[in-house]
Amino acid sequence: METRRADPAGIAFAIGLFALAGVIWWDLRSLQGATTYGIGPQAMPMVVTAGLVLLAIGNLVSALRGELPERESTDPRAVLLILGGFVALIALIGLGGGFILATAILFTTTSAAFGRKAIVKDFAIGFVLAVIIFLIFDKLLTLSLPAGPLERLL
Amino acid sequence: MEAFSLLGQGMLVALQPMNLLFALVGVFLGTAVGVLPGIGPALTVALLLPVTYKLDPAGSLIMFAGIYYGGMYGGSTTAILINTPGESASMATALEGNKMAKAGRGGPALATAAIGSFVAGTVATLGLTFLAPWLVEIAVKFGPEDYFALMCVAFITVSATFGDSPIRGLTSLFIGLTLGLVGIDKLTGQARLAFGVPELLDGVEVTTLAVGLFAIGEALYVASRRHHTEEKLEAIRGSLWMTRQDWKRSWAPWLRGTLFGFPIGALPAGGAEIPTFLSYSTERRLCKYPEEFGKGAIEGVAGPEAANNASAAGTLVPLLTLGLPTSATAAMMLAGFQQYGLNPGPLLFAEKPDLVWGLIASLFIANTMLLLLNLPLVGLWVKLLSIPQPWLYAGILVFATMGTIAAKPSVIELSMLAVFGVMGFMMRRFDFPIAPVVVGLILGPVAEVQLRRAMQISLGDPMVLLESPISATLLGVALIALVAPFVLRGLGRFKASGD
Repeated sequence: METRRADPAGIAFAIGLFALAGVIWWDLRSLQGATTYGIGPQAMPMVVTAGLVLLAIGNLVSALRGELPERESTDPRAVLLILGGFVALIALIGLGGGFILATAILFTTTSAAFGRKAIVKDFAIGFVLAVIIFLIFDKLLTLSLPAGPLERLL
Repeated sequence: MEAFSLLGQGMLVALQPMNLLFALVGVFLGTAVGVLPGIGPALTVALLLPVTYKLDPAGSLIMFAGIYYGGMYGGSTTAILINTPGESASMATALEGNKMAKAGRGGPALATAAIGSFVAGTVATLGLTFLAPWLVEIAVKFGPEDYFALMCVAFITVSATFGDSPIRGLTSLFIGLTLGLVGIDKLTGQARLAFGVPELLDGVEVTTLAVGLFAIGEALYVASRRHHTEEKLEAIRGSLWMTRQDWKRSWAPWLRGTLFGFPIGALPAGGAEIPTFLSYSTERRLCKYPEEFGKGAIEGVAGPEAANNASAAGTLVPLLTLGLPTSATAAMMLAGFQQYGLNPGPLLFAEKPDLVWGLIASLFIANTMLLLLNLPLVGLWVKLLSIPQPWLYAGILVFATMGTIAAKPSVIELSMLAVFGVMGFMMRRFDFPIAPVVVGLILGPVAEVQLRRAMQISLGDPMVLLESPISATLLGVALIALVAPFVLRGLGRFKASGD
């Protein structure tokens, strides 16, 4: 059997699990026990913490042995484009830019991530799609979507 | 027969014009969304959950059942025509079905899948009808400790027993359990893992998690490895209809697939992968034309597709009678019940028989509608498949975020959606199963409540878990299910090194 090298991503993952267990443990200390019989709200977090620590060790061992499955190369640009669209969407919704603009931007960055280059055309499609969704939800179903300057015009 | 009269009453509910309309809308929406590549039934239900929010419970659950079955139908169409199974249960279908489509026999492949799904769905729903009252009678005797033990079985089998790696499966489960801890503790009113953020006090929304993991995770994953695969949509050439020969070769696999699917789906073992692959390998062995396997044998579509649908109906047995979801889709269905404050289980059968039996009856109706609708409408679904990939995924992400924006337009909630999306992407890349996260989030808090209730009744004595024979047996099963994969793997390694 060929020897495989330790996998840095797997080790990072194990450290993340240890950290998660630490966060639960830290949060647990602020809880007060139940006054009645039985077990309090700390019991389940304790079980989860213990499980996470064991699994972190298990993941660390398999990462050090290089037992993680083979991975194909990825295109970081595509991932960053979609996530960038999300950041823009969240910022626009948070700052009151409205649903339509935010959605159109997410549509544009996602189709760019999938290899489209016609940015203006895609933005127009996303914009029209968002307007239609907004009209259906806001006027027909009376579900409120966040409104910005554009939405107030409709 | 008691089951028949109950089902008859359910039919009266399901056949009301309004409810028929809900079933029709559900079936239509479910197929339309399910047919999109990369979207399986679990995500179909998650995406459409916000749409049903404002309807009345009975109508909405009936619509849900339609969405569930419609999503399954749509998934098989995608698997056959573009070889992109939306979930692992359609993988067997894609194996032979796509070959058939390439050979110009896409029509019969779609037809045998649709009719097989109808046969399997109907037989399995009959199974559900007879099994449910009987299981409810047993479930009434369950104490909280027994429920807790049952959930332990489900946790282990869903995550550790049948996956590729028990460690990765359990890791997924514990991430889900961690997310389930977030929010106000129901028994003492204290906040856990909320870090003073008001949005977190209500806990993590199941739909946010599911849409993030499934829709956004999938979009990121497909975008990141776009340069590896080129998917091609096969046009349907030739006749849509099955020949005499096709019928002769299909009916036995349909029934065998149903026999694999229903019992395995009904056990708290989760997942339709096992019955579909069992069915595939059985048909391959029994087939009179084994040389056709791998080149488009109709048995290889008929059997697994029937097994897939039968197991979907099978998972409704533990879901409705015990409140136990054993697959990601069942977990989403449970979330659908919970949004109306309904908890499936024996009590629901006693308190709202009209609702439960109306839902079961509507499964028969949804199944029939799908058969009547889908074969004639297959051209429409194929059009949906021909949307260019960039616009398709951009549209999916727009709809995915829209659900969250409509429900809770807050920066925190949307950020959680994005974080879960990245998590789904990483889990796909590193081959962690996703269903255990969803099951952990939804079932973890329920298991905790049952355990604490059991401990309260026993005045804090943990031996209650072993003193109840049901609970002791179930915990034993859970322990075996947990240890078995490690032991078997150890044996395998021992053998490998001995050779």
